[in-house]
Amino acid sequence: MSLEPLLEMQGISKTFNGLRVLNSVGLKVFPGEIHALMGENGAGKSTLMKILSGAYQADPGGEIRIDGQPVPTFTPATAKALGIAVIYQELSLCPNLSVAENIYLGRELRRGWTIDRKGMQAGCVEVLRDGQYVGELTRDALSAEVLVKMMVGRDLSGFYKKEHAAYNPGNVVMRVRDMADGKHVRHCSFDLHAGEVLGIAGLVGAGRTELARLIFAADPRTSGTLEVVGKTVTQLRNPADAIRAGVVYLTEDRKAQGLFLDMSVADNINVCACVPDAHAGGVLDRTHAAQRSNDAIRSLSIRVASGKVSVGSLSGGNQQKVLLARLLEVKPHVLILDEPTRGVDIGSKSEIYRIINQLAQAGVGIVVISSELPEIIGTCDRVLIMREGQLVAEVGGASGHAISQERIIDLATGGDQVVAHG
Amino acid sequence: MAEVNVATTTGKAERVRELMRTVGMLPVLVLLLVGFALASENFLTLQNLSIITQQASVNVVLAAGMTFVILTAGIDLSVGAILAASAVVALQASMSPQFGMFGIAAGVGFGLLLGLVNGGLIAFMRLPPFIVTLGALTAMRGLARLLADDKTVFNPDLPFAFIGNDSILGVPWLVVIAVAVVALSWFILRRTVMGVQIYSVGGNPEAARLSGIKVWKVLLFVYAMSGALAGLGAVMSASRLFAANGLQLGQSYELDAIAAVILGGTSFTGGVGTIGGTLIGALIIAVLTNGLVLLGVSDIWQYIIKGIVIIGAVALDRYRQSGART
Repeated sequence: MSLEPLLEMQGISKTFNGLRVLNSVGLKVFPGEIHALMGENGAGKSTLMKILSGAYQADPGGEIRIDGQPVPTFTPATAKALGIAVIYQELSLCPNLSVAENIYLGRELRRGWTIDRKGMQAGCVEVLRDGQYVGELTRDALSAEVLVKMMVGRDLSGFYKKEHAAYNPGNVVMRVRDMADGKHVRHCSFDLHAGEVLGIAGLVGAGRTELARLIFAADPRTSGTLEVVGKTVTQLRNPADAIRAGVVYLTEDRKAQGLFLDMSVADNINVCACVPDAHAGGVLDRTHAAQRSNDAIRSLSIRVASGKVSVGSLSGGNQQKVLLARLLEVKPHVLILDEPTRGVDIGSKSEIYRIINQLAQAGVGIVVISSELPEIIGTCDRVLIMREGQLVAEVGGASGHAISQERIIDLATGGDQVVAHG
Repeated sequence: MAEVNVATTTGKAERVRELMRTVGMLPVLVLLLVGFALASENFLTLQNLSIITQQASVNVVLAAGMTFVILTAGIDLSVGAILAASAVVALQASMSPQFGMFGIAAGVGFGLLLGLVNGGLIAFMRLPPFIVTLGALTAMRGLARLLADDKTVFNPDLPFAFIGNDSILGVPWLVVIAVAVVALSWFILRRTVMGVQIYSVGGNPEAARLSGIKVWKVLLFVYAMSGALAGLGAVMSASRLFAANGLQLGQSYELDAIAAVILGGTSFTGGVGTIGGTLIGALIIAVLTNGLVLLGVSDIWQYIIKGIVIIGAVALDRYRQSGART
């Protein structure tokens, strides 16, 4: 193009606590162009945009030009004065939440939803991976497969894959009976088997999270009993009781209800397990704790320079793995995962599926609550469908019905019913 | 992979950050010491430094308790009033002919009891800490006067007078106690499960609950701790004065304790802070007070200057941190 770029970024690097998240990245945007910048969570998109908005200062050595004029320092005020606006998809909750982030410099802003949608809008797509510029695609060369492959750096065929052996239906690890809270959950009962991955599908508001929280004793219940590995849990008044019985719950909202964002990765991982580990008088076993967090960081491939880094500075996928590590460290019999891959990059997603497979293989019973049907279908042995606070149907397992997207949607929406009550 | 070359540089950057965090307000303290030393030749003498540390000691003890509370995103406005009531009880107990030393335990124990009342209301009735301890500030001040029939309790033969007046190996007992409290607090916060749980509850109470932490236990602990340390502060104050007056003793001590904690870099929103920072904060306040007196600054101006220094120091800290933030 012979046009002068409206915005030109050159050789932009950014280092956080010694961790280089952007490595000499460039970006050119021409007038009137919709330019997509894509990459996994943690690839460096947000950081680049934050440099552009003045929220972060780039490392020395790079250059930003607006209308061909170099701008030596970028502060939020100069960015604003230059007419640069950045809109994040998930405003304050999780800036890293979506796979793709859409920006448009100038007057108009658009939000993108899915990869193909974005491909339609953007004239040019640029891909970042691990803080490096990977490549650029023009509109004609664009396809979802090529894009995902560029973002992740590998082929994703067979992305969802049940790799664990079939569970033994005789071996019940958790028996839930008559769970109800008088509001959102109406008398739910089900069995979970050792080594089974059991999905709970349903519309938003069907009561899936509420049911999980009742089982975990996070909310008060009006009725319901819980049996774990053959023993009735007689005292089930709070999450501490549930954890002691061997049931753990991964919250759907890791920032608000899961992580201690100001605390270190190591402390976040150890916060549950440090209790049974402690010496007499509640004195921390520090050797054990350090060993445990280092092992977890390695085995779950949490991308962090050291366990001392505060967890708030990690990408969504790594934060989720930290939270998962915390739960796994109490060696649970039952793992309830509520939206386990929400706001998580594709690489971490496949890591999390790998972990689910491993745990199932080791005999842990796993409940997966997810709004992403491909995730439910791809990971679960059996799926319970929840509608209006009740478990209304089952697919897969011994039910005789294959797990299919259509059938789950049908059951979840009540589309199978001939007469709607009203 | 990128992680490999990253590891070496990170250790250093982390250490610098860690250092910044621990050092905190230390430069301000050093600046004050140097400034007063230049302005007054009487300031930097062994005797005056000993006086400063003794004057700081009670506030250090109260501020240590306040650190626990503020780390859980709470506040304890009642420590001055608890100190007064506990001092009265300690003095009354000290009158008993054979068991005069029992006054120490009585003072600390009464403070603990009042702290437990605060903690119980906050942990079980889920009342806001500000409201509970504001009410307690008034009620316990009244209790302090009631206990002594609104008179000054005086014991010229105080069996534990040594605490306020003697030294061990050249170090005043008051200072020994303050240092021991700081050491104990550090140990609890950094080396015990309770410490981890205090930071957790302050950082994210809902996440703490879902991690199986009994939040009520933690809240009860921090307010009990704050009360017990106020009781210890009562013993320290009373042993210096040989007397306790329910109306006057410990007036507005809570404000100095809160100021020390905030100067020490502990976040009002909870989850972030250190006991070392609190110690430095308390020393800044003591040095400032002592230095201004030596310079002959009037009482009125002392108040104004102290207030400005507290706000200015915290503003400076915020500014410095925002610069250091990545």
